[in-house]
Amino acid sequence: MADNKALLSVEELKVYFRSEDEVARAVDGVSFDVGREETVCLVGESGCGKTVTALSVMGLVPIPPGEIAGGKILFRAKNLLDFNDSDMQKVRGNQIAMIFQEPLTSLNPVFTIGDQIGEAIQIHQTATQSEVVERSQQLLKDVGIADPAQRLRDYPHQLSGGQRQRVMIAMALACDPDLVIADEPTTALDVTVQAQILRLLDTIQKMRSMSVLYITHDLGVVSKIADRICVMYAGIIAEQGNKDAVLKTPKHPYTQALLASLPNREKRGQRLYSIPGTVPNPAYKPDGCPFHPRCQHTIQNCSEQYPGMCDYGDGHHARCPVLFEGGKGNWCD
Amino acid sequence: MISFIGRSIVQKIITLFFVSIVSFLIIHLAPGEPSQVDPMNPKFTREMVERFRTEFHLDKPLYRQYLYFFRDLFSGKTISWKDNQPVFKKIWERFLNSLPLFIVGTILTWTISFPVGIRSAIFRGGIYDRSSTFFAYLLISIPGFFFAYILIIFVVNQFHVPVIGMETFGIGDTAWMNRAMDRIWHLLLPSLLGATGGIAVLSRYVRSQMLEVEGQDYVRTAKAKGLTPDQVHYKHALRNALLPFVTMFGLILPGLIGGSVIIESIFAWPGMGRMAYEAILARDYPIILTLNFVSAVLVLIGTFISDLLYLVVDPRIRL
Ligand SMILES: Nc1ncnc2c1ncn2[C@@H]1O[C@H](COP(=O)(O)OP(=O)(O)O)[C@@H](O)[C@H]1O
Ligand SMILES: [Mg+2]
Repeated sequence: MADNKALLSVEELKVYFRSEDEVARAVDGVSFDVGREETVCLVGESGCGKTVTALSVMGLVPIPPGEIAGGKILFRAKNLLDFNDSDMQKVRGNQIAMIFQEPLTSLNPVFTIGDQIGEAIQIHQTATQSEVVERSQQLLKDVGIADPAQRLRDYPHQLSGGQRQRVMIAMALACDPDLVIADEPTTALDVTVQAQILRLLDTIQKMRSMSVLYITHDLGVVSKIADRICVMYAGIIAEQGNKDAVLKTPKHPYTQALLASLPNREKRGQRLYSIPGTVPNPAYKPDGCPFHPRCQHTIQNCSEQYPGMCDYGDGHHARCPVLFEGGKGNWCD
Repeated sequence: MISFIGRSIVQKIITLFFVSIVSFLIIHLAPGEPSQVDPMNPKFTREMVERFRTEFHLDKPLYRQYLYFFRDLFSGKTISWKDNQPVFKKIWERFLNSLPLFIVGTILTWTISFPVGIRSAIFRGGIYDRSSTFFAYLLISIPGFFFAYILIIFVVNQFHVPVIGMETFGIGDTAWMNRAMDRIWHLLLPSLLGATGGIAVLSRYVRSQMLEVEGQDYVRTAKAKGLTPDQVHYKHALRNALLPFVTMFGLILPGLIGGSVIIESIFAWPGMGRMAYEAILARDYPIILTLNFVSAVLVLIGTFISDLLYLVVDPRIRL
């Protein structure tokens, strides 16, 4: 599956959190690629390991309690998991940047916006003070903030949530990264602001021709921006493929259930479908397919054997043998 | 800004007024009276007691006594009932004695607690963290007086220097070098002992503040930028962790009076803490009340300073 041309290629990544008497397998064998100039969406209910996957790419999983239990993270064909701390610092913010879910708490309250953006520039590049100021202003302009010179002197509490998220985006763009990871960047914002931020990210991605790994629990967002989609469930990739393939012909019961629970015009006035049950605690996942207790297509095998990936061609894979060619898909032990 | 300062000063004066009433009442409601301090003393005849009571207005109603006291206080005429010395002069002398103890103790406390607490937080769970935790709890649980005696015995036996009092008796004639060394030796032990409890508590507090801040989202953002661990810890985390200590910084001033009673007693150090203690035993109301008033003023000045400092260090606070 690993395509050599991919910018980022995550292979069989496993991240566990150990506590005194249990091991939470938050990410349990995840593989996906992000190609150049591609927007890949990582979708799944909350608690299924999306943030941990993103933090692993950044080398920011807190260790301990976390532990990278296996796999590779190839960025430009080099395994980031082999990098030492100072090599990783040169990657972070410079080649891979991350935008976080909570704009309200992700900026340091005691430093000005100018300080915080300028710092992101200076850590990786040599620039004079006036160049830094000029660049920071340009960045703020790029993310659609009015009166950038004044805003640079503001503290985070003087800005609204949407403006702060724009600042976070500006900060992420400071060193022209090849890959931007956006972890639910609009979840904490209200709906109109969400749409603006989404459009902004989309424009910037095209303008700067960078790759984006966009994390969300909202399939509605996905249809607007994704090139490819990875559906994640309980620490594994349930299904992945091109946007249209996954949204129009979903092959995993979990993807189908997520789509069924989306509101749309035809369903107006009806009760919305919701998936019964909840995401399992990563320390106590059911045997076999982790989704089987909530699945409508469960057969005997599902609770006993681990499902294998089934190939639908053109990069479309789903980890559900039951729905594959009348149940002839492969199972692992 | 100006209006904030004005408002704050008015508030503090009102507070001071209520504090003065309450402390006056507490002292007068406490059992015992100055005229009864030594009923066995044959010189204390009934007439003597009566004369004493009239002279110091003890026969007047409480509110009159209160007014008399503050009239004397503000005109600087308050005198000690024990030796008829002006109270301000006595307090000033003792204050000058307490000051070096207080300054050295405070410097020791703050310069040791912060590096220890910060390091423990950054390397939490490590050997450094665990041993500093152990010592902190050890210092908290050993009573100060016990620790003091152990240290005194140790220093006297090992270095053969006397440490009781402010200076060695009869040292006045020797060269100034010897006298300076002597003063430093006498100062070091009580300051260190006075500081131990503070170091133990403050370093734990610094550690917990730092730990809390290290878990904040903006620290993760700082790491995600590719900053070095030093920049993350000492710029982004520390700056936020320090904010609450600005408040404490304002509150150390009152420690000048109450903070050192035990240490001053053990080391026979003629400071303010001991003076207060002796005054209470002797029911020397003018001294007790004046010290009370002065420490209330110090508390209010301290909080005022920390309010101002907060304005400077925390951009979120605007007027
Ligand atoms: N610092 C941590 N310590 C212990 N467990 C963690 C930690 N971070 C995440 N986890 C575990 O990983 C699981 C997945 O979390 P996360 O990746 O944040 O989910 P998502 O982003 O998909 O909502 C959580 O259920 C949690 O149990
Ligand atoms: Mg998340």
